[in-house]
Amino acid sequence: MIEVKNVSKTFGDNKVLDNVSAKFETGKVNLIIGASGQGKSVLAKCIVGLHEVDEGSVFYDELDFCVMSPEDRRKIRTEIGMLFQGSALFDSMTVEQNIIFPLSMFTKMSKSEMLDRANFCLERVNLAGRNKLFPAECSGGMQKRIAIARAIAMNPKYLFCDEPNSGLDPQTSILIDALIKEITYEYNMTTIVITHDMNSVIEIGDHINFIYKGKNWWQGNNKTIVTTDNQEVVDFVYASDFMKQIRSKLA
Amino acid sequence: MKILENIGKYCLMLWIVFSKPEKFKIFRKRTFDEIQTIGINSLPIVALMSVFIGGVIALQTASNMDNPILPDYTIGYITRSSTILELSPTIISLILAGKVGSNVASEIGTMRITEQIDALEIMGVNSLTYLVLPKIVAAVIFFPILITFSMTLGIVGGWLSLVIADLSTTETYLIGIRYYFKTGDIVYALTKTVVFGFLIVSISSFYGYYSKGGSLDVGRSSTQAVVSSSIAILVANFLLTQMILL
Repeated sequence: MIEVKNVSKTFGDNKVLDNVSAKFETGKVNLIIGASGQGKSVLAKCIVGLHEVDEGSVFYDELDFCVMSPEDRRKIRTEIGMLFQGSALFDSMTVEQNIIFPLSMFTKMSKSEMLDRANFCLERVNLAGRNKLFPAECSGGMQKRIAIARAIAMNPKYLFCDEPNSGLDPQTSILIDALIKEITYEYNMTTIVITHDMNSVIEIGDHINFIYKGKNWWQGNNKTIVTTDNQEVVDFVYASDFMKQIRSKLA
Repeated sequence: MKILENIGKYCLMLWIVFSKPEKFKIFRKRTFDEIQTIGINSLPIVALMSVFIGGVIALQTASNMDNPILPDYTIGYITRSSTILELSPTIISLILAGKVGSNVASEIGTMRITEQIDALEIMGVNSLTYLVLPKIVAAVIFFPILITFSMTLGIVGGWLSLVIADLSTTETYLIGIRYYFKTGDIVYALTKTVVFGFLIVSISSFYGYYSKGGSLDVGRSSTQAVVSSSIAILVANFLLTQMILL
């Protein structure tokens, strides 16, 4: 489990996170949602340590990440898999080399064991046989799936996905969402997904944190979010005319 | 103030760069890859520049040899001294600051803006040691080899230009390049080269690593890397000449 307690973060005069607290449970897909510029990505970057928090704490299974030595942080990070918004695949490496990379850095696996693991991960994301392609030769959806394969290569305890559906067509988005959900349950991971895609919210949101003006404004799940009366959440969820029509029918 | 801030940040970066690599096998492989990229790929441009610079120095010296008191072998002597002491180590390093510096800054800068460096950090990899240390080691090892190669070709270029233009003979030129030869000059030149190699790669890595924004900013970082490493080379050249030769 990951727990965030009273986290604040300021850039210059701009207070991006204001006393945010949240719990992200194991074996569930935890979503951080909100409009652009509300502090979702900053919160995720604070959780993984890419930004230092100004105040508050981040706990990984009750270990305070904010006061850890760089060495201990690195150990925790080997248990983290992250899917970046732009995939962040190493473009000088092939698909196979990208997946093998964390294994070669942190395990004592033989070359054939690493290759087996890479093939297993590629099969898991339905990309078997694409080992020798370079990221530039792959479509956006394929790149996301390769990034997921790389993220799960080390059997991580924690999986972070930063806007996994950005730039993808609806069908591919559904595939990516389904994949994230499946691997979360299969490997009992603590998964945190940052998104503003309402399809993802409804499909995979076991637990949802709605960030508004740097605060954890509302918490719930994919069922309660469609019935809540919280005005800011309603404005976010039912932003389009289509969704407004659905809301009036639901009412 | 900005300069002082950058110098401080650069020193802190170097402190992290010289940490123990996670896996020596991967570090060794990356170092050899960088020797290929930074060093071996620079051989053609270094060869071309050196031959022509050596040739021009020899021709200019010959065209100014009006005084009958000066022996003919002075042309070879001046060509050798200029090439070994200044032209090969400094001018070729300035050219490499443009070629290698922009390459290093844009490579690391692109990795920064496409979140590849964040991905390394999230995996638990010390991104500075992983990315920058092999480049520095490759430059420090291979730059002296490049410059030795350049010195040789510069002297050969001088000989070719004199023989082709019929301004001197091979024998006279050979006497000149051997006249009053000091091994210390080579040591001085190669010491400078090691320092220049370190400065070019570390400064360019610094600008690349701390790039922000988009592709325009990477271009800007790349330009700043070339300008700053060229200035650093000129300052270091002056200081090292004071320290070693005087």
